[in-house]
Amino acid sequence: MASAQKTNVQRPLSPHLQIYKPQITSFMSIMHRATGCALGVGTLLFAWWLVAAASGPAAYAQVHGFMGSILGRLILLGFTFALFFHLCNGIRHLFWDAGRGFELKTVTVTGVAVLISASVLTVASWCLAYSMRGM
Amino acid sequence: MDSGFRTPLGKVRGLGSAKEGVSHWWMQRVTAVALVPLVLLFVSFLIMLANEPYGTVTAFMGKPFVAAVSLLLIVALFWHLKLGLQVVIEDYVHHEWTKIVSLLAMTFAIIIIGLSCALAVLFMAIAGG
Repeated sequence: MASAQKTNVQRPLSPHLQIYKPQITSFMSIMHRATGCALGVGTLLFAWWLVAAASGPAAYAQVHGFMGSILGRLILLGFTFALFFHLCNGIRHLFWDAGRGFELKTVTVTGVAVLISASVLTVASWCLAYSMRGM
Repeated sequence: MDSGFRTPLGKVRGLGSAKEGVSHWWMQRVTAVALVPLVLLFVSFLIMLANEPYGTVTAFMGKPFVAAVSLLLIVALFWHLKLGLQVVIEDYVHHEWTKIVSLLAMTFAIIIIGLSCALAVLFMAIAGG
């Protein structure tokens, strides 16, 4: 790759992303990487929560206050969806690694299934968390 | 095994492309499989703790089973993250030195964050017990 840059030969390039019509296959693939990166940034929140809990009530109150704010809740909602998307689509990837589910129809069906299950798991988690409030 | 596709150099070395070559790919899968139950368990802990006061949170996080799940999650998660971000950097950063510096910075950052998380869990496990 480095040597190709140095020689600067004008070779034909494969068509770029914007040439293609959006498809669920490419969309899910891009989203898997995007959610993975987003979750990587999200580990900072996870670390903040853990370290604050270990540090004392004042530090924990700060994190809890932020997570409870509108912005905090929006970030957490995005975090939850990204987590379940990456989890469900990751399982889809593991089936591919095992050599299963490569038929075009199956790929589309499992792609839609991942989108639905990630959404359902996100909503279910938030409903559960809110229902625990009164306890 | 048919060696018709092997390069002359590969035949001379007698090793082929196996050994450590697949360890990145394989460990990404191993950590992925481990993360499925660990993430589901930890998310259920967080749902339970979301509205609890500080004392309850630290006491719960300090329980041996909870601390064990948390530590296993931290190891698998940051390992998986390191392998994933490595691929992303290798895919998009083409300048050799920028790539090496990015990979080093990413690895160090993950070790610092991961270690902080692990120490926080250990602290609560020891203080709570």
